[in-house]
Amino acid sequence: MIKASDIIPFFVIIPLAGAFLLSLFGRRARWVPDFAAMVAAILLCYLSLLSARLYNTYGLLKYSVGAWMPPVGIGMVLDGLTAFLLVTVNLVTLCVTVFSINYMEKYTSKWKFYTLFLLMVAGMNGVIITGDLFNMFVFLEIASVASYALVAFGTEKHELEAAFKYAIMGTVGSLFILLAIAFLYTYTSTLNMADMANILAEKGSSQIVLMASVLFIMGLGLKAALVPFHAWLPDAHPSAPAPISAMLSGVLIKSLGVYTLCRIFFNVIGLTESISSILMLLGVISMVIGVFLAIGQWDFKRLLAYHSISQIGYVMLGIGLGTPLGILGGLFHLFNHSIFKSLLFLNSGAVEYSTGTRDLKEMGGLSAKMPVTSGTSLIASMSIAGVPPFNGFWSKLLIIFALVEAGRYGYAFWAVIASILTLSSFMKVMKYAFFGELNRKWDKVKEVPFLMKLSMVMLAFICIAGGLLIYGGIGDMFLKPAAEAMLTGTKYGWLILNWLR
Amino acid sequence: MTHKESETKGMSLIVKTITRLTVGIIISFGVYIICHGHLSPGGGFAGGVIVALSFIHLMLAYGGEEAFKRLSKRTASLWESAGAIFFLGLALLGFTGGYFFLNFLPKGENFALFSAGIIPLCNLAISIKVGAGLFSIFVALVSLKISAEALKVKLKKGKNQL
Repeated sequence: MIKASDIIPFFVIIPLAGAFLLSLFGRRARWVPDFAAMVAAILLCYLSLLSARLYNTYGLLKYSVGAWMPPVGIGMVLDGLTAFLLVTVNLVTLCVTVFSINYMEKYTSKWKFYTLFLLMVAGMNGVIITGDLFNMFVFLEIASVASYALVAFGTEKHELEAAFKYAIMGTVGSLFILLAIAFLYTYTSTLNMADMANILAEKGSSQIVLMASVLFIMGLGLKAALVPFHAWLPDAHPSAPAPISAMLSGVLIKSLGVYTLCRIFFNVIGLTESISSILMLLGVISMVIGVFLAIGQWDFKRLLAYHSISQIGYVMLGIGLGTPLGILGGLFHLFNHSIFKSLLFLNSGAVEYSTGTRDLKEMGGLSAKMPVTSGTSLIASMSIAGVPPFNGFWSKLLIIFALVEAGRYGYAFWAVIASILTLSSFMKVMKYAFFGELNRKWDKVKEVPFLMKLSMVMLAFICIAGGLLIYGGIGDMFLKPAAEAMLTGTKYGWLILNWLR
Repeated sequence: MTHKESETKGMSLIVKTITRLTVGIIISFGVYIICHGHLSPGGGFAGGVIVALSFIHLMLAYGGEEAFKRLSKRTASLWESAGAIFFLGLALLGFTGGYFFLNFLPKGENFALFSAGIIPLCNLAISIKVGAGLFSIFVALVSLKISAEALKVKLKKGKNQL
């Protein structure tokens, strides 16, 4: 008999099976890697949409791996937040896979790329669906290690350097996370997140929980690239091939960093006043410093990478505020950012594919030669800058409203300033790259192949349609459950363990 | 390759002789660790490492060519993926009982060699994956160094020509 919860492990099984089958058979023929990755991505995207629907019909779904009951065995949980993140990750994965089919032609051994790519997806999905703290760490490492290798995929000198830096800093971050998990394990004698939430609620807080919280903020903050821990991102994200930059900036920093921070601080440890203000402070610092660093950049991808730091700041600011409206805005911005930032990275990849340069000064007037790329790029830029009616506007508006409602006028002021600076920075991109006079060098430049165009148009469509998420049915089915899951706080433990007793 | 040439490659005669005598023992110890993984300390990971070490040992003593005759780079990477697929397949077979990773085989008697359901098979899969993986990592590190040296030689030659 098939239960609704049987869907849960497949988010890990499909990409893992795809990755290892590809490494066995990927060398056989040229079409095998593309085909296998495409099948996996379509299946994952379909299942993630299905999971959102299943959550709305059946409520909270739980799965015990190997029929071992949690807290002894490993539990997997599908709640509103999980379903929301799964849809975000797998939607972007699908678009990026479509893009890679043409884009990765210029690299050798495509099957290696897809193997690593699918492993990274498996890790991200695993982090999202697991209900076990140590299991989360294992999946986090799978995704991180795969991403270290993907950053170095071009094997040029600067790529290897960036990957090395990323690997060292990422490993240090992972070490902090592992140490924090060890502290919590000694204190609660359990690794299941729901069980841990209950025991922490019973035993109350202590110095060791505070220590673990600090370590989590450092480790997961590094994965999310919040400002004092951001140094790896501006090197690593531009160095990767464009589809991977899109995945890293679009979903990796969110599923490994923001989601885990949310899950641990909202549902396991419980959000206290001090943690909330730390998260908000980190958010506002990232938001402002990220955008200031971005304005001066002339490398297209590096500029986008700095904007990722800034936009993650918005997400953390909204989520750290902890009010229902703030969380809703933060999560909505998370979704929107993953769509428009991956689109922008794909745009930069398309420009690089056609012209071979990433320097904004060298480009110019490309809109005449590459209408689809420049059109989608305009949409994405308007979205990230928060121009109505694109999706970025609505989420930033929600965050600013939430800040004003909570009486945090200072933070709201900085959010507005950062938004204006973002707009100016993207006006610069538009002016130098796509509008203005056509640089003579690019007279013979052609628009990118069909599949790359298709993927960019798909994402641009979501950018426009995404603004509708806060209205009506889709938002109720999709965004509200995620915010509710975070607002249940440490009651999460009771909700899940009820099914055991 | 003539007899003399094979003697000049790798390390000295003493090391080669000792290696020839010990490699078989090391492999069989690795296999023992793997097979008793569910009964005694050890298991797939530790056993796989030991098996990989025996090949690395061969490579150190006799040089790369001799080791690649027994386990080439390509075969190692294929075995690695096969081990992972084997493990995932075992986990998927658990769905015959309704759960991912379910131990669907009969558990048998405690402390018997053939017991504990799928656990020995999991150990076997892990050992294949870890053994082949570790050997591949070693080969990658060694051959990267070799290619870097080759590049240096090329650069030197280029300079001389200039």
